[in-house]
Amino acid sequence: MNRHAGRFDRTSPVSMTINKDSRGKIMSERPDSFYDVMRRQGISRRSFLKYCSLTASSLALGPQFVGNIVHAMETKPRTPVLWLHGLECTCCSESFIRSAHPLAKDVVLSMLSLDYDDTLMAAAGFQAEAVMEDTIRKYKGRYILAVEGNPPLNEDGMFCIVGGKPFVEKLRYAAKDCAAVIAWGSCASWGCVQAAKPNPTKATPVHKVILDKPVIKVPGCPPIAEVMTAVITYMLTFDKLPDLDSQGRPKMFYGQRIHDKCYRRPHFDAGQFVEHWDDDAARKGYCLYKMGCKGPTTYNACSTVKWNDGVSFPIQSGHGCIGCSEESFWDKGSFYDRVTELNVFGVEANADKIGIVAAGAVGAGIAAHAAASAIRHKNKETKSKENV
Amino acid sequence: MTATQTPNGFALDNSGKRIVVDPVTRIEGHMRCEVNLDENNVIRNAVSSGTMWRGLEVILKGRDPRDAWAFTERICGVCTGTHALTSVRAVEDALNIQIPENANTIRNIMQLTLQAQDHLVHFYHLHALDWVDVVSALKADPKATSELAQSISPWGKSSPGYFLDISSRLKKFVESGQLGPFANGYWGSPAYKLPPEANLMAVAHYLEALDFQKEMVKIHTVYGGKNPHPNWLVGGVPCAINVDGVGAVGAVNMERLNLVSSIIDRTIEFIEQVYLPDLKAIATFYKDWLHGGGLSGKNVMSYGDIPEYANDRSLKNLLLPHGAIINGNLNEIHDVDLKDVEQIQEFVTHSWYRYDNENAGLHPFQGVTEPRFELGSKTKGTRTNIENLDESAKYSWIKAPRWRGHAMEVGPLARYIIGYAKGIPDFKEPVDKLLTDLGLPVSALFSTLGRTAARGLEAQYCAHLMKHFQDKLVATIKSGDLSTANTTKWEPATWPKEARGVGTTEAPRGALGHWVVIKDGKIDNYQCIVPTTWNGSPRDPQGNIGAFEAALMNTQVANAEQPLEILRTLHSFDPCLACSTHIMDKDGKELTRVKVL
Repeated sequence: MNRHAGRFDRTSPVSMTINKDSRGKIMSERPDSFYDVMRRQGISRRSFLKYCSLTASSLALGPQFVGNIVHAMETKPRTPVLWLHGLECTCCSESFIRSAHPLAKDVVLSMLSLDYDDTLMAAAGFQAEAVMEDTIRKYKGRYILAVEGNPPLNEDGMFCIVGGKPFVEKLRYAAKDCAAVIAWGSCASWGCVQAAKPNPTKATPVHKVILDKPVIKVPGCPPIAEVMTAVITYMLTFDKLPDLDSQGRPKMFYGQRIHDKCYRRPHFDAGQFVEHWDDDAARKGYCLYKMGCKGPTTYNACSTVKWNDGVSFPIQSGHGCIGCSEESFWDKGSFYDRVTELNVFGVEANADKIGIVAAGAVGAGIAAHAAASAIRHKNKETKSKENV
Repeated sequence: MTATQTPNGFALDNSGKRIVVDPVTRIEGHMRCEVNLDENNVIRNAVSSGTMWRGLEVILKGRDPRDAWAFTERICGVCTGTHALTSVRAVEDALNIQIPENANTIRNIMQLTLQAQDHLVHFYHLHALDWVDVVSALKADPKATSELAQSISPWGKSSPGYFLDISSRLKKFVESGQLGPFANGYWGSPAYKLPPEANLMAVAHYLEALDFQKEMVKIHTVYGGKNPHPNWLVGGVPCAINVDGVGAVGAVNMERLNLVSSIIDRTIEFIEQVYLPDLKAIATFYKDWLHGGGLSGKNVMSYGDIPEYANDRSLKNLLLPHGAIINGNLNEIHDVDLKDVEQIQEFVTHSWYRYDNENAGLHPFQGVTEPRFELGSKTKGTRTNIENLDESAKYSWIKAPRWRGHAMEVGPLARYIIGYAKGIPDFKEPVDKLLTDLGLPVSALFSTLGRTAARGLEAQYCAHLMKHFQDKLVATIKSGDLSTANTTKWEPATWPKEARGVGTTEAPRGALGHWVVIKDGKIDNYQCIVPTTWNGSPRDPQGNIGAFEAALMNTQVANAEQPLEILRTLHSFDPCLACSTHIMDKDGKELTRVKVL
């Protein structure tokens, strides 16, 4: 897929007009820009600019980007989002509302227009379905489709029924005219728990059902709240899709393994491991590799962004990573089995070499594969340039 | 069919106008509801259908029992953690694993955090819009709103300026024409009774609660590493304690304990100064609307939870009460034994599953689940485009569990009725106080409003218990006991060849049980019966209707096009459909029978 084809294309939002809302009331000629909304909430321009610079830093962007954000926020209408739920557990929605920056209420009230989300919306039944119709009609090609969960394909799709019909029909219908699809969480991205062997309902990830739209995967069970809001605000702010890796994940958050940035990495490199739960090493915060930690094979931002406003992340609280953002993580043996795919260790050859010496048997595998890792890394880059 | 009498005391009549609510929104998962209205728009027949199935228990077969908590935790991300706790308890019961006192304490803090947070989110974000008219809030006078707020609570955010800001923000939001999640609500319905000022106050607190709920769950993040879906451990908890030595920053230390304590203090404050006063203020305007009692005045059940001490399986050790009440007899409280095959049984006569004997009930240890999606001959529409369900045949992905043959209601109201009937002061006194303040008799408890009120009272009780257990954790650490995990039976080699166990919790939505059979170190059978399986159950072979269905009966709907009353009563249960539709087979063989047509 050509990256430009996936560009988040909205036809001149500034000139877009809405004359009537769904209830027929006459509305303003031009939809509100983000800045309009903030200004009317009594937020001063100074605070607005401060907000923009905070947004820039929370997205790990330099100060040079502040201007772009200011411009974007000043001129754009709120982009409609349809948020569908298939087979899932709603952990993604729950995570989303945990976002600390930006706050979930600001995202929903001011940054986008969450027109359909069966978990939060006031309307139900046919009134709810009417809202979806309305948005698809009014914003053809300009709304974002966010999908939480996935469609089951067995039993004619009737393992997940919405409005008397298979969920997969609703998904295809809503995807037809969207600008882009965000696949929230591991269900939508990979299939997750209901797709674990033997996948009795044939739960199928979104990109295998929606083939003609860009699908941005934001995996994790659930994804980190601030990663979710960052991905969506990135799209609104820069008016484009984030750079994706070969598997369709935003590189900015899924480009590195948890192990690469783990604060316990020095203990791994020094060969200091927890051997049993609650042993002296556990109390000292040593490396959880021997307890089955999947940090070395898991691409996610947990060790950097951390969870719930940066309070902690699984490893910091004493349990190994279970690899919840990786494809088929349920089917890779016990969560307490040691990672054996040692060839995936190590982006930085130097750090790996230190690890080899100290970690003995663990490191031996890395030594053999450090070079291979570098080559593979390079290949992957090339591949992603072709694919994304 | 026209009129029939159900064994559990409801007169069903499906001759009137049939209306459908699908999707039922502001719940977890997927659900459909159909009702028949008579000429006065009174509900005379109710049909509740769970419309999703994921099959997690098939998936669990053959897995490591120590991993089961992570799978079952993904049954539900709203009541996150409660399935994981139930699962580690089931495995520990099977393998007879004793856990350290600190592990029990930390687990309780996590479970109580969930109760308080989940109840708060339910009240404001899933339920409030059934009582609160957002559009009416636009007409509120900020000064009068401030006076109202200050008259009911010392909560600081109550100035006229504050409510003016909220009002302006709301006004501009509505005027933008992009109403987002508030589009197409039943605004202006005569079923809404609050004055504009109460509506505005509630809208302000809807937003404040959205901010605050994310603070509460940081307790899960401290002890479990993340939320939703924190981490758990068979044998204890994964977080180690180190308050003195080198490396304490990677463990539960003084800073972490202080963080948790401060969140608990703020939680108590928020619940007592925002949630409960709002609940009471709203109830004042709806105290004439005492519909939705359903099964609550007849059959209620709770397994009990929150063990004060580790490893004490006695009922007196549980701080949330245990028992079953039958036929409204509050003078007799029965013990519930989850291992007694005569007590809890599940039926599939009206569920999309197949049994060899379609009318028999099976205990979870013998449980079988073969999905079988088939619609009755009176269904309107087609197999993949259902207009009206045929409730005389199979019509739901939820099974029908029964306790000694009775359909039961579970949840906060069930717990409060049982606690009240037992005369436990922690339950009886707050209920009596609330009823007195509202000028309502005890019978008012058995209603939609009673369910909503019990949840609020329970949030307060749980918040105080959080403080109790956090203080206990600190005291235990002070005594020198840092232990958080027992690893003597961690290795499968130490396990018996075959073992079976049961784990229970009281989840926010009610009684939750997991049954596990372990053979040769692997899961041989795994069964869950979750709160919404009880509450959302379809009919059983005897024709007893489930708790959702019962609660909808005989309620008048003001406007059939805007069935606000239906949502109000369904939401009062806090339905969780991803949870409810999982009960699985013994051997997974039926998978081959799932036809792709």
